[in-house]
Amino acid sequence: MLLNQFLILGAVLFSVGVYGVLARRNGVMVLMSIELMLNAVNINLVVFGVQHGVVSGQVFALFVIAVAAAEVGVGLAIVLLLYRNRTSIDVEDFDLMRG
Amino acid sequence: MVAQNIFFGIISAIVVISAVRMVTTRNIVHAALYLVAVLAGLGALYVLLTAEFIATTQVLVYIGAVMVLFLFGIMLTKAPLGNVMEMTGKQWPIAIVVAALLGGVTIYSLLNRFGSDRLVTDGPIYRTADVSDEVFSTYIVPFEAVSVLLLAALIGAIVLARKD
Repeated sequence: MLLNQFLILGAVLFSVGVYGVLARRNGVMVLMSIELMLNAVNINLVVFGVQHGVVSGQVFALFVIAVAAAEVGVGLAIVLLLYRNRTSIDVEDFDLMRG
Repeated sequence: MVAQNIFFGIISAIVVISAVRMVTTRNIVHAALYLVAVLAGLGALYVLLTAEFIATTQVLVYIGAVMVLFLFGIMLTKAPLGNVMEMTGKQWPIAIVVAALLGGVTIYSLLNRFGSDRLVTDGPIYRTADVSDEVFSTYIVPFEAVSVLLLAALIGAIVLARKD
């Protein structure tokens, strides 16, 4: 197996996640795309851990998973609050700070 | 080695197709289910990379907890369950250009740097015990910081979401 197989898969997933964050209008969908990007990072961490024969890659992947869980909890609470205040989760409606 | 390559091909095809469908589908519940497919595929890849504990955590935390959270989010925000709302914004062509540019540059530099480097397959295999030894010795301070972070996130989410 080539090292690049995994790295390119991670790069493709990250790009798809970036597209999702930029193009989707639903706030929950934006959060899901962020999860996709975090997972793309995780696969890079694990594969480099294997490549260098160290366990740190797996440990950092675990930390990323924990931080992602915290992020999605707070993020969904914010989306819920937005829905309660504005009755919409369309991110294009939230342009209060537009220049 | 051949078997591993075949399985890598199958799994990565599932993962990439599901990821693309996830960001293009119009039904948000379908998007959540495609995300489950992506996460499960990545869990399988972790098994392929001999990272057993990460694979288990992926299934428990992502497919178990995070997806339930997402489904609650979809439910509580009454996201349109059909093709009611146009799900993609007006700036999607720019988003495609940005994503393609980012992916292209990343893949180009990866090919440039790592070319045809082979993955080290005869290295040490780290089991759950090794991972936990490392977490509770070298990385004990970050581990405690993560536990405080989780507590802060828990309190923050409750404070934000409760009704006054």
